[in-house]
Amino acid sequence: MIWNEARECMSRDEMANMQGARLKKVVANVYHNVEFYRKKMQEIGLEPGDINGIEDITKLPFTTKSDLRDNYPFGLLAVPRSQIVRVHASSGTTGKATVVAYTRRDIEAWQECVARDLVMCGITKEDMIQVAYGYGLFTGGLGLHYGAENLGCMTVPMSTGNTKRLVTMMEDFGATAIACTPSYLLHIAEVIEEMGVKDKLKLKTAICGAEPWTEKMRLQIEEKLGINAHDIYGLSEVCGPGVACDCQFHKGLHVQEDHFFAEIVDKETLNPLPDGEVGELVFTTLTKEGLPLLRYRTKDLTSIDHSTCECGRTTPRISKFKGRSDDMLIIRGVNVFPSQVETALLEIDGVSPHYMMIVDRVNNLDTLEVQVEVDENVFSDEIREMENLTKKISAALQSALLIAVKVKLVEPRTLERFEGKSKHVIDKRVLVD
Amino acid sequence: MYLKQLTVFLENREGRLDSVTDILAKNDINIVCLTLADTSEYGVIRMIVSDPDKAKSVLKAEGCLARLTDVLAVEMEQKAGSLNKITKIFSDENINIEYMYTLNSAKEAGSMILKCSDIEKGFEAVKKAGFKLVDPNVAYAL
Repeated sequence: MIWNEARECMSRDEMANMQGARLKKVVANVYHNVEFYRKKMQEIGLEPGDINGIEDITKLPFTTKSDLRDNYPFGLLAVPRSQIVRVHASSGTTGKATVVAYTRRDIEAWQECVARDLVMCGITKEDMIQVAYGYGLFTGGLGLHYGAENLGCMTVPMSTGNTKRLVTMMEDFGATAIACTPSYLLHIAEVIEEMGVKDKLKLKTAICGAEPWTEKMRLQIEEKLGINAHDIYGLSEVCGPGVACDCQFHKGLHVQEDHFFAEIVDKETLNPLPDGEVGELVFTTLTKEGLPLLRYRTKDLTSIDHSTCECGRTTPRISKFKGRSDDMLIIRGVNVFPSQVETALLEIDGVSPHYMMIVDRVNNLDTLEVQVEVDENVFSDEIREMENLTKKISAALQSALLIAVKVKLVEPRTLERFEGKSKHVIDKRVLVD
Repeated sequence: MYLKQLTVFLENREGRLDSVTDILAKNDINIVCLTLADTSEYGVIRMIVSDPDKAKSVLKAEGCLARLTDVLAVEMEQKAGSLNKITKIFSDENINIEYMYTLNSAKEAGSMILKCSDIEKGFEAVKKAGFKLVDPNVAYAL
């Protein structure tokens, strides 16, 4: 089944024409309504009239996460604030959140994309879906929720936190689908096993995203639960989950490119790369009203394939992610930058900025331990003082990163020192096939 | 009047304690007595040593985290109720005892080492109650 065949199976020529027309509109819109883009375009002597088709996209300037931060919170809006109906936010690199805003039409377009993706996973309006992403500023919960409602599914807003209750309801309600992070689903699978209810469940589909996972892990989930598992991708800057998703053939994630134009560029030169070559994924929003973005650098590394898929869709497919071109980590679906840890530590009196982040996956849940060197300023002969210090650091990190952090105090000069670019992360999670 | 206690931070893993005692041994510093407060991840070792200043500087030079803390050493009789007499003084004066351990001595009477919330007040209280404090130089030389 295909939700919107007219769009998802459009010929490449037609799609390019439509994208060209939409791009022209977007560029004229941001030029006239967003000072940041007008200045950027003027700096390189570019006018809206210079954009005549989608192929001219390479003339446009790039946008980065720091541009969003510099214009925090609403500096890049292209519409008056009265037209905004929703705001979401994700972590920024230095404490300030990245804020995104949606008009009513933006929300509708987002719901449309998520509905397409759900159908791509074999979900129909007859299904009952448990949405087990966090509800709130994070786009995961509400994004999947309204997409599922749009499709007409019976939608259960589970959010995260109480896995036993989730499994109980899965059994009692007869839920047939679930949306959550892949690591959380593996944890849910264990709880299902512990509760011994696997045979009583009607679950058949999982739609997982918000963190990188491998094909191996996808197959493991399918086997463990006897279901189909799909990969959904998105980022709040572009809209949230629903930007791309994989179909039953699992040969890359179909990008909803009538809404989001995807380019792959060389991460150093920023020159466009041909199909199949790995580079940084860049998105231009073609229909967004509230926060349109030109050539937004996602920092995600992948390749793209524009050939028609076996499923019949002509939308291009991006391969599973090969990593990132920056140091962002995704821990339990939350974006974490080492710089956030550093900033938080420096704000605590006397704590040295020497730290190491140990990311691991214990019982299928991501864990973060931050090792901090103790120095003379904070060292006490009293255990009580040392424990207070640990608590203080852990509370500061928790409030900065929005995830639970285990703090471990270590002796001075035991953490490795690096010349030049320091390494602050040891990621023990196995993400390689 | 106060005793200088050497305190060292140690991660709770193999070989860490050995490295500290090794540095002290090589520098001819005697450990008069010690107590170790441990957590699952780290420990704090508190010692009375023959030369606290030297001990701190040699440990620091080797990259260890060491500091000196003032503590009281109160002489105590080796008989029932002696410790209670001391703790009562602190309790009456509303001074909190953070931790305590014994100072070994070959002599019959032992001594109790105390870290309290207000060392000056503690010192005065102990003296007022007629207890004798161990002369630091005598303690280091034990």
